[in-house]
Amino acid sequence: MLQAVRTGLRSPTLLIGSVILLFWIACALFGSRMTPLDPYADDLLATLTPPSPSHWFGTDQLGRDIFSRVIIGARDILIVAPLATVLGSVMGTALGLVIGYARGVLDDIVSRVIEALQALPLVIVALMALAAVGTSNATVVLVIGFVFTPLIARTVRSATLNEAELDYVAAARLRGDGALAIMFIEILPNVLPVALVETTVRLGYAIFFVASLSFIGFGIQPPSADWGIAIAENYSLIGSYWWTVLFDAAATASLIIGVNLLADGLQSVLER
Amino acid sequence: MTPGITPPLGAAPADALCIEHLDVAYRVGASERRVISDLSFAIRTGETYGLVGESGCGKSTVALAAIRYLARNGRVSGGRILVDGRDLMRLKAAELRVLRAQTVSMVYQDPARALNPSIRIGRQMAEVFEVTEGLRGKPAQERSADMLARVQIATPQRVMGQYPHELSGGMQQRVVIAMALASNPALLILDEPTTGLDATVEAEVLDLIARLRDEIKTSILFISHSLAVIGRMCDRVGVLYAGELVEEGASAELFGDPRHPYTVALLRCMPSFGRSKRHGRLETIPGFLPAPGSISGRCVFVDRCANATERCRNEVPPALALPGSALARLSRCFYPERAPHLPRSAEMPVPARRSETAALEATPDAVATPLLQTRHLSKTYRSGSRALQAVHDVTLELRAGETLGLVGESGCGKSSLAKLLLGLARPDAGSQLELTGQPLAALASDRTQAQRKAMQIVFQNPGLALNRSHTVRRLIQRSLRLLGLPRQRREARLRELTASVRLTARHLSDKPRQLSGGLQQRVSIARAFAGEPAIVVCDEPTSALDVSVQSAILNLLVDLQAEQQVSYLFISHDLNVVHYLCDRIAVLYLGRLVEIGPTAAVFAGPQHPYTEALLSANPAAQGVPGERVRLRGEIASALNLPPGCVFQTRCPRKIGRICEQREPPLLELEDGHVMRCHIPPAELARLQQGREPNRLSP
Amino acid sequence: MILKFLMRRALLSLITLAILSILVFLGGQLLPGDVGRAVLGPLADARSVATFNHQMGVDRPLPVQYWDWIAHFLSGDMGRSFSFRAPVAPFVADALRHSLKLAALAFVLVVPLGIAGGVWAALRAGSWIDRSIVLLGQSLGIVPEFISSIVLILIFGVWLRWLPMSADWPEAAGPLTQMRYLILPSLPPVLIFFGYIARVARVGTLEALNADYTRTAILKGLPWPTVLRRHVLRNALLPTITVTASLVGYLAGGLVVVETLFHYRGIGALIYSAAKAKDFPMLEAGVLTVGAIYALASLLADLLSSLLNPRIRAARP
Repeated sequence: MLQAVRTGLRSPTLLIGSVILLFWIACALFGSRMTPLDPYADDLLATLTPPSPSHWFGTDQLGRDIFSRVIIGARDILIVAPLATVLGSVMGTALGLVIGYARGVLDDIVSRVIEALQALPLVIVALMALAAVGTSNATVVLVIGFVFTPLIARTVRSATLNEAELDYVAAARLRGDGALAIMFIEILPNVLPVALVETTVRLGYAIFFVASLSFIGFGIQPPSADWGIAIAENYSLIGSYWWTVLFDAAATASLIIGVNLLADGLQSVLER
Repeated sequence: MTPGITPPLGAAPADALCIEHLDVAYRVGASERRVISDLSFAIRTGETYGLVGESGCGKSTVALAAIRYLARNGRVSGGRILVDGRDLMRLKAAELRVLRAQTVSMVYQDPARALNPSIRIGRQMAEVFEVTEGLRGKPAQERSADMLARVQIATPQRVMGQYPHELSGGMQQRVVIAMALASNPALLILDEPTTGLDATVEAEVLDLIARLRDEIKTSILFISHSLAVIGRMCDRVGVLYAGELVEEGASAELFGDPRHPYTVALLRCMPSFGRSKRHGRLETIPGFLPAPGSISGRCVFVDRCANATERCRNEVPPALALPGSALARLSRCFYPERAPHLPRSAEMPVPARRSETAALEATPDAVATPLLQTRHLSKTYRSGSRALQAVHDVTLELRAGETLGLVGESGCGKSSLAKLLLGLARPDAGSQLELTGQPLAALASDRTQAQRKAMQIVFQNPGLALNRSHTVRRLIQRSLRLLGLPRQRREARLRELTASVRLTARHLSDKPRQLSGGLQQRVSIARAFAGEPAIVVCDEPTSALDVSVQSAILNLLVDLQAEQQVSYLFISHDLNVVHYLCDRIAVLYLGRLVEIGPTAAVFAGPQHPYTEALLSANPAAQGVPGERVRLRGEIASALNLPPGCVFQTRCPRKIGRICEQREPPLLELEDGHVMRCHIPPAELARLQQGREPNRLSP
Repeated sequence: MILKFLMRRALLSLITLAILSILVFLGGQLLPGDVGRAVLGPLADARSVATFNHQMGVDRPLPVQYWDWIAHFLSGDMGRSFSFRAPVAPFVADALRHSLKLAALAFVLVVPLGIAGGVWAALRAGSWIDRSIVLLGQSLGIVPEFISSIVLILIFGVWLRWLPMSADWPEAAGPLTQMRYLILPSLPPVLIFFGYIARVARVGTLEALNADYTRTAILKGLPWPTVLRRHVLRNALLPTITVTASLVGYLAGGLVVVETLFHYRGIGALIYSAAKAKDFPMLEAGVLTVGAIYALASLLADLLSSLLNPRIRAARP
């Protein structure tokens, strides 16, 4: 464990990624106390002012301070995306383990359905499902969780298929272990690293999707200060008032790249 | 060829390969690990030089260094390599390419991977002539066909139009050898060229190499872990241990009269031809192979050597020339004259056996109910319209306390048969299994706990057979539950069990990958014995291990049998091991039992023609008089079985139409010795006396 | 042999599409519960909801509805749009034409770039070049398109004024003008997929470089360019083919955000506006079309790789 921490400190990507992610988590947790101005307060006398010492990132159409809004804009996405990822990982790992070990008809059916779903870009599947069930933070978590489930299941399934061929599984069957014991005591610890890596990678994509969905109005809903919503609201002004979108875009990019660096670093540490 | 490079002083111009004081190191993390140190040897023109050693001794590194193809993190840190008189490390890239094209070739272990999977054989062959002689198109194709014919491929044109995956392993290796020899190289490097091939195919490939060597007069560096193969193929031999050449000499002299304690110990570890457990325990080498580069300033073998003195611990022994032999002999030992008198490890105290004579001497009582009985056991795998008969109509019995050996080449159904017995696969309808007279359910999950407890297995590869996430303690404990012991007894039993496989308590908290292969296999054995089984199936339990480790495991199996009266079904391709360990032997070919009988009777003959060929292919069986029996072609496909006797397509003693039309009956030769052949036993005995292949066959 | 392989593979594609159609149908009809209520909103009175449901035929049993829908779909009748009160098919066809144009441009940009990057990284494995290509590709691949679009628009549209900020070209624009309008929208997907393709190409190349057969080729004395071309790249790039197929599916239908942002009337934008308006027939038709394109592309890719790789033909698909 200590060894892992030490290796982690030596991996620059892991270090940078953690710092970025921790920064945004701190903003999400304590943002309301850190912001210089009230992020929700309109100021119709100071709309669309460019960046200045009083408004570091300028103001938006309603005169709200963009810097303060960027700081607290991380909150919703950092709740929705990790929840969706955890949901997808848990369901996907369980599903992959079961179909990979049981094989046969069950595997055939589930695999076909997974394959069919993979014929569609994820954003389309999510869009369709959200159009049908309605949009709220809870449905976004559920939909992204369900959309991720087959992806993680596929990875865990193929790892499980390989493991199930190994002789230690035969040895477990020979001493009379049941299917559940074999799946969760024998095989699970060996496919867990794969599932973990997949989960960290998925977290990056979850942020990707939540941000994109929010941007097109199917994700986090106003009045949240979410970055995607802010960009959507101000996008039409991009020609004259660049600051209304650029800072939110940069914040989104930094969060997502931070998570990605973290995942990359974690992967190399886990593989060592 | 390359102007400006004159053979340096010191290397005789006649040497195809001359290695002088070679050091090779690998960079691992921030440090360098030396894997070859101060290695020197030379191969004369036309000579076959063998390099033998256990895994991790640096054999393959030498081969790769000799063709300047070390892995990215490896480098030659000292010494010189002269190929055909030229200093390899000083060649420029273009010169190196020319040298590889024209002077030196290499063949390595896995031919399936050595060939490009997406290019036809003909094209890959022709490339060689393209590089060496600038031939293209038709002439290159013709030369390729000639070369393939020389490696005894009957239909070169057909093979040239095929992709590698369409050929069998033996054919693939012929193609690779043909490619290597196409440029008429001065030096051919063979790195474990027959490892992984079946015994009969290996014998054929070795014969081919020997014949081509005589034809082409190329010098060969032959690298192998197998003392038998090296002994058979090579003029001179070098023994490599932990990156050092510890002994060198003409092969007959070296193997007949070894002068380094390691060589002596290694040779004693091998169950030699015709040796049996009744003759006593096998020798082992105590301790472990040192990590490469971990020993300096003393003899590399010192920690495991019974002859070691203070001097060995403080000085590096030089490679001393031994007096009084025709070819130069070297030994890196201060006391080469003492090596033959190395104390035997088997003379050390042997653990007490509960009933020594009962297990080893008395033949198990044949009248009593057999422990395990199979009747008409068959297994057919179906895939679409295709049916693969993995096991067909096998009837055999396993008696209490005996060891039944199961031999045959890959694909013969040995492992499938084991799976059926254990209940890991469902046999075809009509198959019957009985345990102590009681019918046994097909699948392990349908058997009673007592029945499951009775039959356990030791797998070939302990690395895959042990759950890598669990500690040794947990691995064994999970199997101990079979006994249904109360909690407080379990710990005591765990201690007993680990002690009985000679593991110490400190190994209990280790995970499998922290243990060496030999220790892993001990854990695997402990797990198999946890439920106090009556039968243990051993599926090639030592074939992934080195010779010195193998002997310790075989001794352990013999000891455990003596202590616990367990029966073994011992699957192996190594006939010497089978002969050493087994009371009876069953021979399988294409899923069919072709012969079964007491070990002595099967080895003495008359034998089924297939058994005869297997025995004859055994590279260690040099003492067998008469001509070797060679099989034609490859094992027939189990998907497309030949009519009549399944062996008729390769049988050297085929007598005619009857072999093609009728499946041979089971013939009992004498008490308990049964085989399936159309040739009457008396006739077989007469034919095999003179060991002459039957000329009647078309 | 190859014919049999093709048949089996095509059959699999059909099964996939059939399952997909059921999923899409269920997604459009079952998830919303009461379709009329979902479309007309909570304020509409019960009678008009019922009338709407009856007119649209969504009050019939599900299997009947599915059969009716899929039978018509196969004969080219994709149903009637709720919002436009007109047949869906012409809308979908027009959007598809637009999408394919954009997809084609992005495809020809990203595939060679990705392969070149991946091969280069593999040849320099372990060096800073390798590390940068991998990390850059990974990071770009995970930045949402709307972010990269904003940045690109700011740079090339707003500050430099080199390229138009929208893909909405004027009427009667020639192919070259159209192309100019398409450059900016095609870049975000290029950035997204560069890393993906590069990664697959890199892994394939590394595998081939370390393979025994490459060693055989080098030890034969073949010149390095020949080894690379004939032995390494040929085997290395096979897996890339399958990957580019899924790319086609995504480019032709998944650019919801990009098409919306650049006001481009492609199939992604069509699906988006249909989802927004809860125009389920339009949504279903659009989604199923995207699925069909993906299935077709992966069928072609499998066919291509089986032609190039003798081993696949021998194995079962």
